[in-house]
Amino acid sequence: MNVDKVLDAKGLACPMPIVKTRKEMKGLESGQILEILVTDKGAKADLTAWAKSGGHDLLDHKEDGDVLKFWIQKG
Amino acid sequence: MTVKAMTASEVAKKVINNEPFFILDVRNGDAFADWKIEGGNIQYINTPYFDLLDGVEEVVSELPTDRDILVVCAKEGSSIMVAEMLSEEGVNVSYLSGGMKAWSEHLEPVKVGDLENGGELYQFVRIGKGCLSYMAISEGEAAVIDATRMADIFLDFAQEKGAVIKHVFDTHLHADHISGGRKIAEATGATYYLPPADAENVEFDYEKLVNGLEAVVGSTKVEALYSPGHTIGSTSFIVDNQFLMSGDILFIDSIGRPDLAGLAEDWVGDLRESLYSRFQELAEELTVLPAHFMIIEELNEDGSVAKKLSELFKENHGLNISDEQEFRDMVTKNLPPQPNAYEDIRKTNMGKITPDEEVQREMEIGPNRCAVR
Repeated sequence: MNVDKVLDAKGLACPMPIVKTRKEMKGLESGQILEILVTDKGAKADLTAWAKSGGHDLLDHKEDGDVLKFWIQKG
Repeated sequence: MTVKAMTASEVAKKVINNEPFFILDVRNGDAFADWKIEGGNIQYINTPYFDLLDGVEEVVSELPTDRDILVVCAKEGSSIMVAEMLSEEGVNVSYLSGGMKAWSEHLEPVKVGDLENGGELYQFVRIGKGCLSYMAISEGEAAVIDATRMADIFLDFAQEKGAVIKHVFDTHLHADHISGGRKIAEATGATYYLPPADAENVEFDYEKLVNGLEAVVGSTKVEALYSPGHTIGSTSFIVDNQFLMSGDILFIDSIGRPDLAGLAEDWVGDLRESLYSRFQELAEELTVLPAHFMIIEELNEDGSVAKKLSELFKENHGLNISDEQEFRDMVTKNLPPQPNAYEDIRKTNMGKITPDEEVQREMEIGPNRCAVR
């Protein structure tokens, strides 16, 4: 996957992963991909719902030990 | 303006007293639809916090001015953020301290009665999840039934009452919440009992909870009555000849579901026999104390969940289905969704896995869903 930007939100608790993701997303062009790293388990459901409501595509997600990785394409 | 924290205990008291209040739940829509703070006099709106990051103006117009407003999220972080934003707009709100996790873990002890030769019986109402635990106290001794994961609450309560916990029982191997029974037994040296038919695969030592077993607690006793059907080992208790702890077999407004260990068809006959034969032979004056409630309407005015067996025979739909096939269909078809993480919860209760505390907390999120109505 061609990742345009990586956001490291590890160690941050809700709502910060979404707050930061949203900010990074604003700097991207439509079609670009943001990779997000988080450790807050609640981020999974929230990023999914947030991406949907904002018209972005959650392309994939993966668990790597304690770290959750998400790839979101800007809509 | 600073925002105030409201504790789960304060919210529980509002629910029990049926006080009007308003909840702005800022979790995502799925989480809200799955499980929320229930109460007879609560109004809600659900707007996810991530839809409020640009400002709360839109939601302000939907908030009432005549009742307290509580902002709720999963852990509390987002609710504090939203509460502060509302406060800046001049709206006076509180947030739920610890969020839905704290709500899930809160236990409200309620006295349900006095024992005949002195002593008291307490019910611990886990109001956010609908789990009910019990402690019988007599002459400085105590027995605990269906303790939740929060073992310290039971240990502290017994200590406050000057009682030593002697016996710890689980009516069955739970699938909706993690038992605190073993932990309490380890901390106190009490005996931990489990029905052997539910405990075939457990990885720890336990005392066999068999039909007719009598455990002495001070000047009263706890008697075991085998009543399978929710699980094959499910066992009820009669305490002080006054109280029937019916586990997950019989609830106030519903009955147990037989499918959480994957054997609905096999166990439906046992469930039928427990409810329609074994319980029919018991004294009707017994006060039924189940291991769960499903809806907030099942709470009595004092916050307890208890009703005479005679009343349940009249009013509980699940006890009044004369046609056996109709009964079978009801408890094996169209069942509600299973509790969150129920397979991992069963494994934890068997001692097969030992997730760390944060994971255990996460596994228990959501309603209990142990009944069919």
